[in-house]
Amino acid sequence: MPEVKNRQAVTGAQAIANAMRQINPDVVAAYPITPQTPVVEYFAQFVADGVVETEMIPVESEHSAMSAVVGAAAAGARAMTATAANGLALMHEIVYIAASSRLPIVMAVANRALSGPINIHCDHSDAMAERDSGWIQLWAENAQEAYDFTLMAIRIAEHEDVRLPVMVNFDGFIISHGVEVVDFLDDEVARKFVGEPKVMYPLLDTEHPVTHGPLDLYDYYFEHKRQQIEAMKHVKKVFKEVAEEFAKISGRKYDLLDKYKVDDAEYIMIALGSTAGTIKYTVDLLREEGHKVGVIKPQIFRPFPKNELQELLNGRKGVIVLDRAASFGAEAPLYEAVKSALYEVAVKPQIGSYVYGLGGRDIKIEHIRKAFEDAFSGNLIADEERYLGLRE
Amino acid sequence: MALNIMQLATMFADKHPGITSGHRLCPGCAAPNVAKFALMTAEALGYTPVVGFSTGCMEVSTTIYPYTAWNVPYIHNAFENVAATVSGVETAYRALLKKGRLVDPNKKYAFFAFGGDGGTYDIGLQALSGAVERGHKFIYIVYDNEGYMNTGNQRSGATPPGSQTTTQPVGKKLSGKIQLKKNIVEIMAAHENVYVATVSTSEPMDFFKKIEKALNFDGPSFIAAMSPCVRFWRVNDDKAVEISKLAVETGYWPLYEVERGVYRVTKKVKELKPVREFIEKQGRFRPLLKRPDADEIINELQEYVTSRWERLLALEEATKDKPIR
Repeated sequence: MPEVKNRQAVTGAQAIANAMRQINPDVVAAYPITPQTPVVEYFAQFVADGVVETEMIPVESEHSAMSAVVGAAAAGARAMTATAANGLALMHEIVYIAASSRLPIVMAVANRALSGPINIHCDHSDAMAERDSGWIQLWAENAQEAYDFTLMAIRIAEHEDVRLPVMVNFDGFIISHGVEVVDFLDDEVARKFVGEPKVMYPLLDTEHPVTHGPLDLYDYYFEHKRQQIEAMKHVKKVFKEVAEEFAKISGRKYDLLDKYKVDDAEYIMIALGSTAGTIKYTVDLLREEGHKVGVIKPQIFRPFPKNELQELLNGRKGVIVLDRAASFGAEAPLYEAVKSALYEVAVKPQIGSYVYGLGGRDIKIEHIRKAFEDAFSGNLIADEERYLGLRE
Repeated sequence: MALNIMQLATMFADKHPGITSGHRLCPGCAAPNVAKFALMTAEALGYTPVVGFSTGCMEVSTTIYPYTAWNVPYIHNAFENVAATVSGVETAYRALLKKGRLVDPNKKYAFFAFGGDGGTYDIGLQALSGAVERGHKFIYIVYDNEGYMNTGNQRSGATPPGSQTTTQPVGKKLSGKIQLKKNIVEIMAAHENVYVATVSTSEPMDFFKKIEKALNFDGPSFIAAMSPCVRFWRVNDDKAVEISKLAVETGYWPLYEVERGVYRVTKKVKELKPVREFIEKQGRFRPLLKRPDADEIINELQEYVTSRWERLLALEEATKDKPIR
């Protein structure tokens, strides 16, 4: 394993801002929104101090942040932004355009509940609302992953088989403001890893003028969507290649699914983001009591690692899916995806859906234990959405 | 360097100025000439234009995939964000120049953002204001046809009172839009560190000069171009220039500029023609003219036009050596 030279206690926001410092993007356009704000603040200081050569655009709204980033990326620049919640919702229209234009933009999202009522704390409703926008979604468990994924995201987005924008999701406040120990790569190592931007059809190549964002009617639109679908299919392969390379410089090896004590587990809990850490701890406690339990944390939600999950879940006794977002009138998004994947496996486990933590509500060990206990007693009902930590 | 017509005619005799023929705009549309005049001026002065467009007639009629009528770099993003998009393009230019990664480092780029009145007066105003406040070096040009033409004759903030529109039609009870046109030029001039001007394709020399000034201005520029929609205004296909001329001669569309707060009326009309003449030449006001309150509405517009004209002349006098920044 490479020697760790730069271990620091930082917030997730600092970790991401430092990844951005090492990336030294050409253009960053951003608007402040809680809990993303410190990312922009730290990065603005790097710009002000001349630590990076980035041109920063302090825009008047998130809608303009994404619009400017689209313009900059189309022009041939490596462009980044960061947002959360209502900011992401305000960007929504342009989020789709960024993906449809196949622009390799990387955006950090400090996941936060969407209004209304207004709430500034963590849940995943903001990112889930962008689920089908054509962005790759990486999900960090902690500040270390937020840092690592930001660097990896550049390589995945710019890969010529992908050319899609990437959202690096990190739980608002829990990761963005919580202080953790993070192992940073040396600047030179990180810079070498992200490399020079790979630019395709830049607007500023005036010798080869191109028209970006044309009107695309029924005679071609469908084919272009098909190409986006195809590009998404390449992501898993590229993720693995990039992860392999990243492991060599960091010693940290990522896969599409983060698996904890899964090999012999009879019961598996699945969750995105920081809650996986609490589940891992609870799994350790339950293991001490003799329960064969494990956790799977998808590192990537779009594209959804369906086949990989199917392989792991086939034949287990119980699968418990935790969602930090609701889908009104339907099943919670992660649960829906997992359940749908299980339709195709030979030996289907029992499966249960648990929604938790909306608007920043605490998720505690006893909540997780309760869900596991439902599973142990054979009390998982596929058609019943249950709630953890809710007063009823 | 002042441009002249002969120079431009010679230069573009066998060359398209950014936008080429073969686009699908309606016959007689004034909008392509707005783009042509601007891009011709830029090219003639040695600039390489880069064009951003907001969603609208002009955008949808010139870029129907797999065709494009643009032979210069062109980007369309959405309806309300062309100013923000071009902010990004312009910033990328500065970043890439600094980092030595520009494909054509020796070229002199001119960044243009075009929007219709809907994308400028209304939905795009925030992004436009933000971009101008930040001081991006770009030229924003609104081609003002006084309504939402892309979707078919709807009211915009630029629509004058009494004009027939589908979302605020003239009816038995209501006389269509009640409000006067939003004064976008003054809103933009209030950003202070900006060059702002009105133009009309009926006055090409004035148009060229103002684009030249905008290109030389050290900061953002905003140009409002009168751009009649012959379909919506219900005038014949060959009347766009004529009706624009009348807009200038009546004072309905005064030609002036504001450079960092200093006003200059660039076409001093000796005696303004009555606004009624401008109104009566267009079919879009026909339903209004049949109403009993037509005179009231036309008089109100006349009063506004006259007082604005007098105010402009007074502002010219008052601000001539008082730049605001």
